[in-house]
Amino acid sequence: MSRRVRSVVALVALGALGTVLVIAVTGLEPFGHYPGPYGDVLAKVVPGERHTGQLVAATVFDYRGFDTLGEEMILFAAVCGAAALLRVRRRKREEAGTPARPAPSFATRATGAALVGPVIVFGAYVIANGHITPGGGFSGGVIVAGALVLAYAAGQVVRLRRVGSIALLEGAEALGAAGFLLLAVGGLIAAGALLKNFLPLGTSGLLLSAGTIPVGNVAVGIEVAGAVALVIAEFLEQALLEEPE
Amino acid sequence: MSVLAYLVSVWLFVVGIYGVVTSRHLVHLVICLAVAQSSTYVLLLGIGYRTGGQAPIFGDIPTSTPVVDPVVQSLTLTDVVVSATVSALLLALAVQAHRRFGSVDPDELNALRG
Repeated sequence: MSRRVRSVVALVALGALGTVLVIAVTGLEPFGHYPGPYGDVLAKVVPGERHTGQLVAATVFDYRGFDTLGEEMILFAAVCGAAALLRVRRRKREEAGTPARPAPSFATRATGAALVGPVIVFGAYVIANGHITPGGGFSGGVIVAGALVLAYAAGQVVRLRRVGSIALLEGAEALGAAGFLLLAVGGLIAAGALLKNFLPLGTSGLLLSAGTIPVGNVAVGIEVAGAVALVIAEFLEQALLEEPE
Repeated sequence: MSVLAYLVSVWLFVVGIYGVVTSRHLVHLVICLAVAQSSTYVLLLGIGYRTGGQAPIFGDIPTSTPVVDPVVQSLTLTDVVVSATVSALLLALAVQAHRRFGSVDPDELNALRG
């Protein structure tokens, strides 16, 4: 099928699909008139049942935790797949040695090096307070992984690899995934239901409160940080390997 | 315009899929898929929005305040994570395809394989 025929067929088909979708969405509740009931039920019961005001975190890690468990496994499997795909070449090239690359400017290196620490601390803060304020394991994990990009900007990527940082990132990803799984099974053992909130709930608004929700945040944070950093590291390495060609 | 948010979502989906179908570059294709996926964020968050509703976090606001739906927000969170990992996997496949076929044009991959 030539490009032109294909784009005409696609336009016709997507036009039809779009028309049907527009008809469908005009039948929804008007924008701004959320009909409920689930959000309203959660808004009523979460502060009393889980001692937290962060409804989204309570939904992700507790009431709808089973979905998050599946999502964790998707993340884990996809990142393993991406890392495996990107690694085929590395084995072959490693014998040839790492090619030299131009060093980044002093300003880039200084800024990168200066920001690595604060970014990691900020990510940890976002993860640890995920059950009180906006944030949590997913966003905090990505922030922590961003520190790796800064380390790269600081010109540390080659040395990072030598000290086995890829193995460390893989370990962090696996540890986080296993941690969340154990948390889920812990509910089964301690309270008789998978992902049941089996830890003491504490006082709402404190760092140690809301039972298993902050623990889940930390596990997810470690996993996401490891997974995102691993993918970034593997892609960076590809870019470095491709350069001499 | 009470359906504008939903129409944006439909547009993002349709235009993203059109980009996937007519793409000439695998990286462009992955980005188009991400655009199509982002339509689901707009749709989910649009459905859960309530006029005048606050963010569903009772930190500084009393628990009687009307809030937007936290369920669709957590669904969107799942959605974003899955979208990002799918993109990473597909980009890794694009790197492999380039390595094997020396091209990132989806059509040329077909020709070389056949």
